[in-house]
Amino acid sequence: MLSRTADNLYWMGRYMERAETMARLLHVGARMNLIPDTVDGFRSEWVSILQASGTFAAFDKKYGEPVERNLVSHLFFDRDNPSSVAACIATARENARIVRTALSAPVWDALNEAYQELKELERTPRSEISITALTEWTARHHALASGALESTLLRNDGYDFVHLGFDLERADNTARFLDVKYYVLLPDAGFVGSGLDNVQWQTLLRGMQMHRAFHWAYGGEVTAAKIADLLILNPACPRSLLTAVEEAVKHLDRLAKSYGKSSPAQSAAQKLLNELSQTQLDDIFDEGLHDFLDRFKGNVAEIGTQVSETYLIGAAA
Amino acid sequence: MQLLRGIAFLSVASFPVHEARARQAEPNGDRKDHMAPNYFNEMFTDGAIRQPYAGLESWQRGMPDELRNLKQAEAEALFRRIGITFAVYGEGGDPDRLIPFDMFPRVFTNREWGKLSRGVKQRARALNAFLADVYDRGEIVRAGRVPARLVYQNEAFEKAVVGIKPPRSVFSHIVGIDLVRTGPDEFFVLEDNCRTPSGVSYMLENREIMMRMFPSLFRENRIEPVESYPEVLRRTLASVAPQKCDGEPNVVILTPGHFNSAYYEHSFLADMMGVELVEGQDLYVDGDYCWMRTTEGPRKVDVIYRRIDDAFIDPLCFRPDSMLGVPGLMNVYRSGGVAIASAPGAGVADDKAIYTFVPEMIRFYLGETPILKNVPTWQCAKKDECKYVLENLHDIVVKEVHGSGGYGMLIGPRATKSEIELFATKIRENPSNYIAQPTLALSTCPTFVDEGIAPRHVDLRPYCLVGEKVELVPGGLTRVALNEGSLVVNSSQGGGVKDTWVLAE
Repeated sequence: MLSRTADNLYWMGRYMERAETMARLLHVGARMNLIPDTVDGFRSEWVSILQASGTFAAFDKKYGEPVERNLVSHLFFDRDNPSSVAACIATARENARIVRTALSAPVWDALNEAYQELKELERTPRSEISITALTEWTARHHALASGALESTLLRNDGYDFVHLGFDLERADNTARFLDVKYYVLLPDAGFVGSGLDNVQWQTLLRGMQMHRAFHWAYGGEVTAAKIADLLILNPACPRSLLTAVEEAVKHLDRLAKSYGKSSPAQSAAQKLLNELSQTQLDDIFDEGLHDFLDRFKGNVAEIGTQVSETYLIGAAA
Repeated sequence: MQLLRGIAFLSVASFPVHEARARQAEPNGDRKDHMAPNYFNEMFTDGAIRQPYAGLESWQRGMPDELRNLKQAEAEALFRRIGITFAVYGEGGDPDRLIPFDMFPRVFTNREWGKLSRGVKQRARALNAFLADVYDRGEIVRAGRVPARLVYQNEAFEKAVVGIKPPRSVFSHIVGIDLVRTGPDEFFVLEDNCRTPSGVSYMLENREIMMRMFPSLFRENRIEPVESYPEVLRRTLASVAPQKCDGEPNVVILTPGHFNSAYYEHSFLADMMGVELVEGQDLYVDGDYCWMRTTEGPRKVDVIYRRIDDAFIDPLCFRPDSMLGVPGLMNVYRSGGVAIASAPGAGVADDKAIYTFVPEMIRFYLGETPILKNVPTWQCAKKDECKYVLENLHDIVVKEVHGSGGYGMLIGPRATKSEIELFATKIRENPSNYIAQPTLALSTCPTFVDEGIAPRHVDLRPYCLVGEKVELVPGGLTRVALNEGSLVVNSSQGGGVKDTWVLAE
């Protein structure tokens, strides 16, 4: 297929995934803010959400005050923020529009409908929409679009490029999600493992809609260690880093097989997967969760670059 | 490139034209005698329903207002969902604007269509013969049938193309002929479009939506299908692959990109034909061939259906600042490494000055009598005709020879005094840049309006495909002037579209 088509499909996948992550982050922030502060002068949790989304500087410059209303504008509606839900949906849809020939009609319908409804949402008075409604709306449209993809898209190389977009974005986003906890400052070290600490971890779980899966998989008390295990190393968890990398490897393998040629991205992803499968939770906490996640995000970005160089640029022979 | 290039305007009616003369030396006649508007209504004539529309009478009567509004909303939602939108350059506003769709179909009988179809194909053959001739020996010019100046000094005449013989000698592979009707048997060609006529996606989608919303109409009336168009187009394009191409030709559509107003159509056609939709940046020239960049490395391209203008095809040959084309493409084309549809230079056959000579081409190349009439046209380049035009500006329509999309024209009966004066000055300064035509009494077709159903003026553009064969799918794009009394079907000025039916025998 055309390199440019592959490029559009890949970014369509990435932006679809990112839209959902941003909506979920917003949800997590709103929920954390419902938890009573224990200490005077405690900073708003919104700041940690902004840090994790990687858009704190832009927010600070445009809005300043990290209050809910501004956060909703910034993370959901603001098209100037390329990572806002609205911008992600518009970009995903524009990418899809460019390569409609490579998509099935139901996939386009799903994305286009999301975009048309988004324009309705933009016209709705803010007081009439709750953050929960926005998050559910985004998740629903993500599900509709990815469902259409799974059930109607030809399983050819285009399918693999969309999925690579999903997988690499999801790997990056789950890492960002986990990192929220790094930025949420506990009042002091005494609070580690305290009720407040655990409630924050649970909020993260809920934000990813993984709280019930957690109970099925681990049971018993909710601890930071169990949650980190679920979201990083558990191959049964659809959002874990391990699963995301495993899926990326699968699609890179499929591409290499159908093109009859292996790629640097393929070996890099395989290497990352091997590393993850041999990692123990203790290793991660020894390295420091934040540092581990940073390194992981770097590896994922590197794979993204290699995918682009091998397939998406289309260098002449 | 303008969407619906060239069918922007239908002239303003003030009297019916009785006879079209191909090369009118003095088209002055007794025109003033017929000032009363007398429009041909395609459904009702003398209070009776014309046969082709008989099947629509009960359908229309059985539709209460609420149902109609519901259906109209449904149609609009479908269009929006499919993403058929239309942006007009420089107009600003909503880039996702829809062209209004009118649910009342426009109908032709098989016999009516038969004549139109023969006429359109005849014209398409003659236009291609003309193009092959003027880029070769120019016999028609040598024979004195078409003035050399109009051909060789024409802006659209591409010197870079002289001597190139495209596969099967076809230059214009998709010919859009704009037609208007003034009576039961009176059809006029308003304009030919030999470059890249657009709008065919509306023909296909209008039908699709009508079938979805009113399946019973299609059970009760026997309507010729149009859905084979993409397949015929693909076959046509494949049939003009260069000789150097062995095996199944790789056909692509070249688009200026997703910001273009007709992008939907480009992607729709690529999809329906199962070919790649490429931009200039996806192609490059290496050696004797043109290649496209794919995830598996370079792949040779054999036929390019380009939807960009000549000037942008190859910055090395035409406009050096063009980013839309492919550097070096013309060299590959010249040496038979790739076919381009329509061929560069095809525009010389469809400007408004050459238009006058199409009946002459039909006689000259085909030895046939023209089946479709031209609208009588005054050439301002000719002294006596120019004088007549200047004296009658308030009555007639003046067009720039190279203008398109309804720009650069004067509609006499609608113009203010100062507009007329301004135009008179322009004509005097550069007479050969202008032609003029009488205003036509366009036919009307019943159309849904707020108050119910009312007659509105329509035109028609069928799309003729020329390759190994000359083919015409039974249908076309009907555009309708939705405003009462208006004869302007331009979508930027209140024009809409209709499904166009040809009844089976």
